[in-house]
Amino acid sequence: MPPTSELQKIATQVRRDIIRMTHGAASGHPGGSLGCADFITTLYFGIMKPDLRNFTMDGKDEDLFFLSSGHLSPAWYSVLGRYGYFDYHELGTFRMLGARLQGHPSTHEKLPGIRVASGSLGQGLSVAIGASLAKKLNNDSHLVFCLTGDGELEEGQNWEAAMFAAAHKVDNVIAVVDANGKQIDGPVEKVMDLGDLKAKFEAFGWVVIKMDGNDIADIREKMLLAKVACGKGKPVMVLMKTTMGFGVDFMLDNHEWHGVAPNDEQAEKALAQLEETLGDY
Amino acid sequence: MVEYSNTGSKDTRSGFGEALLELGKENPNVVALCADLTGSMKMDAFAKAFPERFFQCGIAEANMMSIAAGLTIGGKIPFTGTFANFSTGRVYDQIRQSIAYSNKNVKICASHAGITLGEDGATHQILEDIGLMKMLPNITVINTCDFNQTRAATFAVAKHSGPVYLRFGRPKVPNFTSADQDFEIGKAICMTEGTDVTLIATGHLVWQALEAGKVLSGKGIRAEIINIHTIKPLDYDAVLTSVAKTGCVVTAEEHMINGGLGDSIAQLLSREYPLPLEMIAVNDQFGQSGKPEELLEEYGLSSANIVEAVERVLARKK
Repeated sequence: MPPTSELQKIATQVRRDIIRMTHGAASGHPGGSLGCADFITTLYFGIMKPDLRNFTMDGKDEDLFFLSSGHLSPAWYSVLGRYGYFDYHELGTFRMLGARLQGHPSTHEKLPGIRVASGSLGQGLSVAIGASLAKKLNNDSHLVFCLTGDGELEEGQNWEAAMFAAAHKVDNVIAVVDANGKQIDGPVEKVMDLGDLKAKFEAFGWVVIKMDGNDIADIREKMLLAKVACGKGKPVMVLMKTTMGFGVDFMLDNHEWHGVAPNDEQAEKALAQLEETLGDY
Repeated sequence: MVEYSNTGSKDTRSGFGEALLELGKENPNVVALCADLTGSMKMDAFAKAFPERFFQCGIAEANMMSIAAGLTIGGKIPFTGTFANFSTGRVYDQIRQSIAYSNKNVKICASHAGITLGEDGATHQILEDIGLMKMLPNITVINTCDFNQTRAATFAVAKHSGPVYLRFGRPKVPNFTSADQDFEIGKAICMTEGTDVTLIATGHLVWQALEAGKVLSGKGIRAEIINIHTIKPLDYDAVLTSVAKTGCVVTAEEHMINGGLGDSIAQLLSREYPLPLEMIAVNDQFGQSGKPEELLEEYGLSSANIVEAVERVLARKK
């Protein structure tokens, strides 16, 4: 795995990309994207390290990632581009007519790295479980990762999926909950208090590991722990505490940056806080 | 006129179950999922023969549909099984995003479609499912007429690459198509040739149309009866060729008048070849409890209703 400082550099560039993409498109979801940038960066560059020579829809013999909270597409697209799935200059086409980088991820435009559409919330965990079952049938020992939001857990389908995974002993899936405590209408605990998520998922039969999603050293450690927890008859969840808008002071922990793009002045102010480490697109 | 005879009434869902078991033997990538209706769906033989490839999802259809989408990633060919109502309306968004838009190779197999579900009543008698499914890009929509055709269609959809909605029913109905038929997706079947009226039917109403054809024949009316099992993509050529000969059409289906087969035919004809058309379908109302044959009569879907519709359309033709 690259050193933490190296991963940090990439994540900072990913954050710059997020600001520039949402600013360029004058739309999109910067807050949550900034919050999960450290995790998605570390997952691709440090944990999964997928083989780029042969992107296939089937994804046999490699780890897979599903982004259930599809509105975090800027973060995912940036990581995919920076990892080398496509020329990262394509990030500049985000949300443009005819672009492969749709507002929410889709397979329709055949962007390498994406295996299912997401955006309408609550479906990704089920899809990831299906892909995990296929891996078991194929005697493929690789793992399936899925990122869902905490607000997204209000969708009942997640709990159907949670029941299924435990009942069927799907122990090759790692579900990561991006717990930033924010959703469109305000703090999650005010919109729909989720209570003790760790206790809830443990009661559903999952192994739950807590992680700081804005501390790359902790992500490295806990994700390796999560991998070790796989293959023991229980599905694994990583309850990842993140802060919306992480890396940009005026966006920090503010739900109003869920789905609002920065204007010219705000983008400039944000970019001044994020060093250009790998070169802008 | 070709005579079709009932070789022994059977339920269409048993044709599905029988073929699914065979597919399990033929193709190790075929997997099946069910939402607590394994017996009703006739999936128990597959579940018993291939327990490692059968996924009991419990009463959680949304999860089942998305898991099916996930199983295709890894090369599996998932067949989901539940009643038509729970296969479509209940899980529309899951199908739309994870299966249709994502173009996943999922076979959505739906039993107990339509009014002939019978005594359970309107909560279960979905009459909108063809419309719901045909509006989604990428999805092939198939509605089979008897045991043999359902069996053949199940084999065909396994070979087809892409999402499919396969609709069949609950009751035992006449089995009249050939046991060794080739099922070609998207290809209409001309059951009887005729020159006076084109009678286009799908699903259980194909038999009602054939019965109506016998009555019409006694009245000197030669109906060309077309069995449309694939509603999308619709066999435009078969429809247009027939109506060019007959000059009028009656459609018949066990579905709501809005969004069904008749709706597709009307759209095609008003664009390409406007002519008198009558529709046999449920007219914008919910069903109710009753025996299948009673319900067909109550909602105007019987062979007698088809005969009347033919007489109406012939009067308009003149």
